[in-house]
Amino acid sequence: MSKTRQAGAGMRYTLGQFASHAFLLALAFIFMFPFYVMLVTSFRAPQELFTPEFNWLPQTFTGAHYYIESLTATPVLTFMKNGVVISLGILLVQLLTAIPCAYALAKFEFRGRELLFAIVIFALTVPIQVPALPLFLGLNAIGALDTYFAAMMPFFLSVFAIFLFRQSFKSYPDEIIHAARLDGMSEWAILWTIVVPGSVPAIAAFSVFSLTSHWNDLYWPMIVIRSNELMTPPLGLAYFADSESGENYGALMATATILTAPLMLAFLFAQRQFIRGITMTGVK
Amino acid sequence: MIQTKRQTRQRPARPGWAGVCLARRLVGRLTKHTGEPSVSAKVELENIEKSYGATQTLRSASLTIEAGEFMTLVGPSGCGKSTLLRIMAGLQPQSAGEIRIDGTSVDHLRPRERDIAMVFQSYALYPHMSVEQNIGTPLRIRRLPTAARLPVLGRLVPGQRTARRQIQEAVREVADQVEIGHLLPRKPAALSGGQRQRVALARAIIRNPKVFLMDEPLSNLDARLRVTMRGEITSLHRRLGATFIYVTHDQTEAMTMSDRVAVMMDGEIVQCASPQELYTNPQDLRVARFIGSPEINVVSTEETARWTGQPLPDSIAHIAFRPEALDFTPKSAGIGVDARLLRHELLGHDVLVFLQTDQGTEITGRIPAAQWSGLAVADGRIAFTLRPEALLAFAPSGKRAPLPFSPDGMMPADRMLSHAS
Repeated sequence: MSKTRQAGAGMRYTLGQFASHAFLLALAFIFMFPFYVMLVTSFRAPQELFTPEFNWLPQTFTGAHYYIESLTATPVLTFMKNGVVISLGILLVQLLTAIPCAYALAKFEFRGRELLFAIVIFALTVPIQVPALPLFLGLNAIGALDTYFAAMMPFFLSVFAIFLFRQSFKSYPDEIIHAARLDGMSEWAILWTIVVPGSVPAIAAFSVFSLTSHWNDLYWPMIVIRSNELMTPPLGLAYFADSESGENYGALMATATILTAPLMLAFLFAQRQFIRGITMTGVK
Repeated sequence: MIQTKRQTRQRPARPGWAGVCLARRLVGRLTKHTGEPSVSAKVELENIEKSYGATQTLRSASLTIEAGEFMTLVGPSGCGKSTLLRIMAGLQPQSAGEIRIDGTSVDHLRPRERDIAMVFQSYALYPHMSVEQNIGTPLRIRRLPTAARLPVLGRLVPGQRTARRQIQEAVREVADQVEIGHLLPRKPAALSGGQRQRVALARAIIRNPKVFLMDEPLSNLDARLRVTMRGEITSLHRRLGATFIYVTHDQTEAMTMSDRVAVMMDGEIVQCASPQELYTNPQDLRVARFIGSPEINVVSTEETARWTGQPLPDSIAHIAFRPEALDFTPKSAGIGVDARLLRHELLGHDVLVFLQTDQGTEITGRIPAAQWSGLAVADGRIAFTLRPEALLAFAPSGKRAPLPFSPDGMMPADRMLSHAS
């Protein structure tokens, strides 16, 4: 391999590298194609949709027509606002609860710590469908159905976050925490101003997981949300696909594009956080 | 305004922090400085024990460290010295025993309330903070109200401007003392090991504590820098006048820096004395072996019996003597020994001579280079004498025992036996 590399500028890539890139490109195409169809459908005339031959570009470019239709005919902006409120609300409470839990499990020595952590791991195996019915009945009993609270409440405590942050905090050097204790910081100050800034990559990674799954969640909002003005993006999309837009695929795809865009942009932003990371070179 | 001040005070980057001339300049600067003398405190440890489950790391460690003293805890790794330091700092609770600072028990006090600063082996700087923030943290916590220390909103709290300016000035002053004034805006990741250690020292100094604890602060530095920092830490101790408790596994650091050295072995303080006393008068065989390089010669009593023709009592198991005790001058008084010369090492000023007796015991000698060249080696064999007063006797338990030799080198059997009974 090193021989071919030395052979000259034209021979810098081996056959293996070409093959692996071709494979990756094929996979990327498979994953990107539905998004491309979504995008191109939102720009083409309805009669092009069911023609036998496939065109890569719209024959009749409809421009912003369906986007304007989507924004005016359906409450897309309301869906998005609901999506933001619910997924950010869930994330905020998840971080506020999981970070102290994880810190205690990672750095404090107390009786029953291993048992508690075992329970956390066990709770990871329970899917949302299992407690769905009791949760629904409970929310109904306190009259909280069809509210933001009902849509967020089951996800406030994330065992996955506790698990992830515990692993991250565990690798944080004890000596820095000791130094902070000697400097006079309270445990809360140590956690939020010393340990958390050192775990930004883990927190960013979890935030991406949490935001995407709750922005895209259809199951739970469909159970607890009734009113149009509280609907999350996927629920709104599903509802309006049935009732109003019907055969209007252009408008539907435009709506889908609008609803997917924030997540895409948020991910691109978080990706930069991942790459930058936080170097722990203050130690050693 | 702060910006311009910073620019004028910025010094040109200087290559080679480890330079000896720099160290000399720095030592002069530190000793000249006349800051407010910090109060020192007496630290007393009484029967400190620590066990993790079934394993006992510390067994009844008692030690009194006088106010203003430089005390070093030295011992091989795993002897419990770092644990003891952490217990003093309040970072770990002891299983039994009491710690007193200036006569009052501090067992119930949290680390922040003990007025103790600590420097760690890994420096333990806050990685996401600049050098300035790192050094200023102890003061920010003490002088700013809790609300003012909140991450972004804290700046909006009124009435903190004077305190912040004072902290900034204190940080600058302390940073200049340890010659890192030009590094204040940097993050720890952008510093060399020596610079990080200076930041850690500055963060400890700024609190003006009564007691400094240092946990192997030099072991992550390269050899040259270690020598420089050794001098800096001792002059720092002289200038601050505070009590220093220093943990190391390096006997050179222990011997060169300390007023007194406590040697720890297997969770116990075996001997606590001045460096010279430890070297010449060790009370335990493990101490004798640990202190001094090359290691002290230890021979069995059977071996010495062959040398002198007189058996030793059972109360003595080992005889030890330092490499310098070997006298190669012909016809000198003392116990004469004849041995095979294995090899020698030239150390410039000194020569190390490695010998083996006919019974297979290896003995190391150290003589001045001038004497080595005139030495008579016949047939690969060499003769030396040992002065009896240079010999140390140890009981089978490893404890020091009285020496049964008379000063003239002869061992009267009757006196020896009466001693054994």
